[in-house]
This record gives sequence, structure tokens and C-alpha cells, in this order.
Amino acid sequence: MLITQNILTALRGLMSNKLRSALTILGIVIGVAAVVALMAIGNGATSSITNRIASNGSNLLNIQAGRQQRPAPGAEFSQTYVTYADYQALSQTLTNVAGISPAFQSNYTVTHYAQSENTGVTGVTESYLNLHTYQIAQGRGINAADRKQENQVAVIGATTAQNLFPNSDPLGQTIIANHVSFTVVGVLQSKGSTGFINEDDVIFIPLETGYSKLFGANAIHNGQRVLSAIAVSASSADTVDTVSAQIEFVMRHQHKLAPGVADDFRVSNQAALLSTLSSVTSTLTTFLGAIAALSLLVGGIGIMNITLVSVTERTREIGLRKAVGARKDHILFQFLVETMTLSISGGVIGIILGAAIAWAVTHLNLITAQVTISSVILSFFFAVAIGLFFGIYPAYRAANLHPMEALRSE
Amino acid sequence: MNTSLIDIQEMTKVFNMGEIEVHALAGVSFHIEKGEMVAIMGPSGSGKSTLMSIVGCLDVPTSGSYILENNPVEKMNDTQLADVRGHKIGFVFQQFNLLPRASALENVMLPLTYTGLSAHASREKALHALEIVGLNDRIHHHPNELSGGQQQRVAIARALVNDPSILIADEPTGALDSKTGAEIMELFQSLHQEYGQTIILVTHDPFIAHHTDRIIHLADGHVISDVPNPNPIKAGTPRPDDEI
Repeated sequence: MLITQNILTALRGLMSNKLRSALTILGIVIGVAAVVALMAIGNGATSSITNRIASNGSNLLNIQAGRQQRPAPGAEFSQTYVTYADYQALSQTLTNVAGISPAFQSNYTVTHYAQSENTGVTGVTESYLNLHTYQIAQGRGINAADRKQENQVAVIGATTAQNLFPNSDPLGQTIIANHVSFTVVGVLQSKGSTGFINEDDVIFIPLETGYSKLFGANAIHNGQRVLSAIAVSASSADTVDTVSAQIEFVMRHQHKLAPGVADDFRVSNQAALLSTLSSVTSTLTTFLGAIAALSLLVGGIGIMNITLVSVTERTREIGLRKAVGARKDHILFQFLVETMTLSISGGVIGIILGAAIAWAVTHLNLITAQVTISSVILSFFFAVAIGLFFGIYPAYRAANLHPMEALRSE
Repeated sequence: MNTSLIDIQEMTKVFNMGEIEVHALAGVSFHIEKGEMVAIMGPSGSGKSTLMSIVGCLDVPTSGSYILENNPVEKMNDTQLADVRGHKIGFVFQQFNLLPRASALENVMLPLTYTGLSAHASREKALHALEIVGLNDRIHHHPNELSGGQQQRVAIARALVNDPSILIADEPTGALDSKTGAEIMELFQSLHQEYGQTIILVTHDPFIAHHTDRIIHLADGHVISDVPNPNPIKAGTPRPDDEI
């Protein structure tokens, strides 16, 4: 009976002073909402990055131009390149490799009659789609004959298809990039947008077609055809390191780098990238959560402050309760129930608000936020702990009031 | 074996106000028997409030003994004192001290929440107490919906709800007009006569004090007189123009 009575009394007190109660729990509400929302956004970002990298296959090694070199003191920085010749050398020498795929990408405004959009056009070989886990939805992919004959054909992503062909079947239609026309021969299945880069807004053309008809001088450096990247898929996770070492050897040889000279290319390992990025994002998530938790602390101080005021205001009531037989622990319990009621209601409202923010962020397509049960439980119990911790001192003060002095106070 | 309800011997109470020691009670002794209606009278500063708080187990004496129903109270700790207050003492205050957000019934039930009684039994006892004070038609009213006299009746019902051994009333008519005050005094007299309730009335007002059977007069922490009042004033008698 005492517990229900206490909770009832607490709720009645809080309801009779709505504005004060609302302001008191605001700190907890904001704190909990921030923890829940930020953790959700952080987790969403982490999993979107993880999914994206995993969807590209974690045995994948990516070779790109490296840092700009400083050739000699006082000289200018020079751009380094990965070239088509590098690709040819790699494909002849590498072993334990499931596929090797060069690519050159450049951005163009691509049109189909009145429809147009700005997107990346990537020259690729027949192994590219497979290596990057694209699936064909309609038509076909790029094949060896396309490259050999320098066919003006294109395979487009799901988003590109929607943008350029909102009401018609893209297959067999013509798209134009930089005055060069391409026939759409294939449409890709959606990979599902997972955040920062839309992998469905893409146009693939045969690499050789690109060199001869579209990319022009952009793709030529010192008379050599250059590439944006070369993707190499190791035959298994165990051979990734071996293949990586081979690539390094071949590339240094190709670029005629003397011993001691730094690499002018980068070989990035998707698995390593994955673990680095996950650790960065989870650190970031924890960091954001910790900052949000600070406001919970501030909220707790707010509760303590108001409860101290309440103890002072209700000194006579405390005296009376003691006079009619309340023990110290009864009074202690009563005030703890009140601060807990405040912090728990703040926690619940905060969780709802945080989930609402996560939902809004997701539905505005900013990022796919994932509210995790662990963050909800964590912040709820943190709020409860705050109520308990910051409630104890005022409750202790109330419990130890001298009954006679409390009764006589004005 | 002592058979008195209250047995106080050589009781002192010293307050330390910084460097000064205030002897609020300087050796007080008296007995109160079961069923008595006693007034403790004295001007402010006489020690009557201190005495009331010790008799009511709100405080413990500095020295001397206080035996309540054969239990030595002066040795009790805070928890034991709280239990004695909850089971044996009923308080009535000048300012009523009702909880403003609780109904009359809930106010009367308040002491029972600390005794572990079931909600149903508490309600029955509280309704009975409200019936005794004649407020059974106002049980769901809140204090701000009741007159001063009705509020004091709720407070008296609250004091009675635990069937206390002693009812201690501290200036119970002090905040009431003379007519309402007379009604409250009438209620005390009937509780005394019909139910044999032991009542201790603490007052500075000789007229109110003369409604009881015995008057203990306190001054400067000493009992200066302790005399029976064989012809108590019947409640409702108008206050004489010249003060007694």
C-alpha cells in the first residue's frame, strides 16, 4: 500500500505542477533522446559503410594512384597515375586471382531526349560487374566483343534507369554523353542505397570504347592510357596478402621505382578498410553518445535542484508525516520515488523522442538510422540511475529533518 | 510496577544554541493516568512546546526518564520513536497540517500507510474516525473545500485513526474563531467523556485550559502548579469578559 501511495503522491505532485515538472525532466528528455538518436545514426552509418564494403567482396584489392610525389626539393608536385599498361602487366603475372578489372571513370551530363542527369560514366571490362557484385536485371552486361569492337553500348544502374527512362523501357534506347551516343544493352539490379554513395546511379561502357570515343585527353597522360583504379579479386581470403605483395612488386617494377623510393600507388585491402572504418565509426558513435550522456548528467542536477526546493517547500509536510509515524526510510523512499518518477518519465519521453528523430532522419533519406535495443536499455537505466543518484541527497536531507523543527517551519 | 500511562521524572532538555545552552526543561516530573484530560499551560518560552514534543515522542529528553505505557521512551532510537508515534500518539496542530492535494479520507488514512495496514482496512478505520468527528458527508472534499472547523475535524480524525493512547492537541483552537473553537472543544470533551480518550491539551490560553480536568502550569522549564480542575468549563460557554 505504501508503494502505490508513494507513487500516487509523487504523480499527483508532478501533475499539479506541470510546467515545473516538464522543465525539470527536460534535461533528462534531451539527454536520453540525444543518446538514442545519436547512437541510432552512428550505428546506421557504421552498418551502411560495412554493407557497402562487404557488398563489394571483402577479398577485393583496389589499386589507385598514390600520393603526389615530391620529385626534388623545390620542384612541383606531380600527379601519379595507374595505367592501362599496369593492368596488362598485372593480368599477365598475378596468380591466385579470381578476377582483375580496370576502370576509368569520369563525370558527364547524360541525356535521353528531355531527361538528363549528371553522373559518372565508367569504362570497364567484362569482369567488372561480377567483381563488384552487380546483378543484371534486364539485357546483358559488357562483354569482350564490345571492347574489341569498341561498341557504343552502355549498361546502366537502377537509379539511372529511373532518372533517364521514367516511363519507358531503357533497353535498346539511346543515351548521349558529351555528344557521343550509346545504346542501352543492360539494366542492373539495385544494390540498395546504403548511404554516402549511390551505387545504383552508374553508367558502364566498354573501357576501349571510352578511350577511343568518350574520355579523350582526360584518359591520356604522357601518351599512356590511364585508369582510375584496378580492382583485383584474390581467389580466397587467405591469398589476399600474397596477391597484395605481388601487386606491389609488379607495380614498382612497372613504375621503375628504385629501392627506397616510396610507392606512387596505393593498394587498399577492403577487409582492412572495413575494420578501420568500423573502428572509426564505432569510436565516433561512442564519442557522440558520451557527449549526449553529459546532458543526462546536467538533467540529473536539474532534478536534484528541484527536489531540494521541493524538500524545503514541503518541510511541514515531512514533519507531519513523521509526527504520524513515518520512519526515516519512509521519507527517504517517498522522495526517491518522486525523483525516480521524474527521471523514468523523462527517460521514456526521451526514448520516444530519440526514436522519432531517428525515424525522421531515415525518412528524410539523410541516413538509415538504426535504433538499437542496447542504446534504449542503456539510456533508460542511465536515466534511472541519474534519478537515484541525484535523488538520494535531497531525500536524505528530508529523511533527517527533525520532526519538531520541520513541523514548526513556516 | 508503575501503572500510569505517562510517567515523567526529573526530565530536562537542553538546547545548544551556539555557545549558549538553553534549558528548555529544567527538571519536570508528573504522571498522567489513562483517561485523563489535561491541559499543559504556560506562556511562550515556558517549555510547553518542548515538553509536548517529548511527550509526543518527536524528541528525546537530555536527562530524566519518560515511561509511556511501561516502555522507557528516553532510550529509544529514531525508528522506535517513529513506531511509537504511529501507534500510540495522535497529534492535532494549530494549523491543521493537512495535505492539500489529498481528500479528507486520504488525509485521515495517512498514518495507516506507515503501519502496513491493508488499503481496505485503512479505509474502514478512516471512515469510522471521520464518523466520530461528524464529517462522514465530506470524505472526498479536499482541505481547500472545507471550513477551518471542518479541517480541524479532519485533523482530529487523523489523530484518532490509530486508536492512540494519547491525543496531543497543540493550540487546537488557535486558528479558529471562538464559535468554531467552541465546537472543537466540545468534540474533545465528548471524545474524553464518551470514549475515555486520554487528551493532553497544550495552550497558552487559560480559558481553553479550563475546559480540562487538570491543569499543569509551566514556566521557565519548571512545573509551577499541577492542580485538578473539578468544574471544567462546558464547551460553548461564552468566554468571560475579564480573563480568568
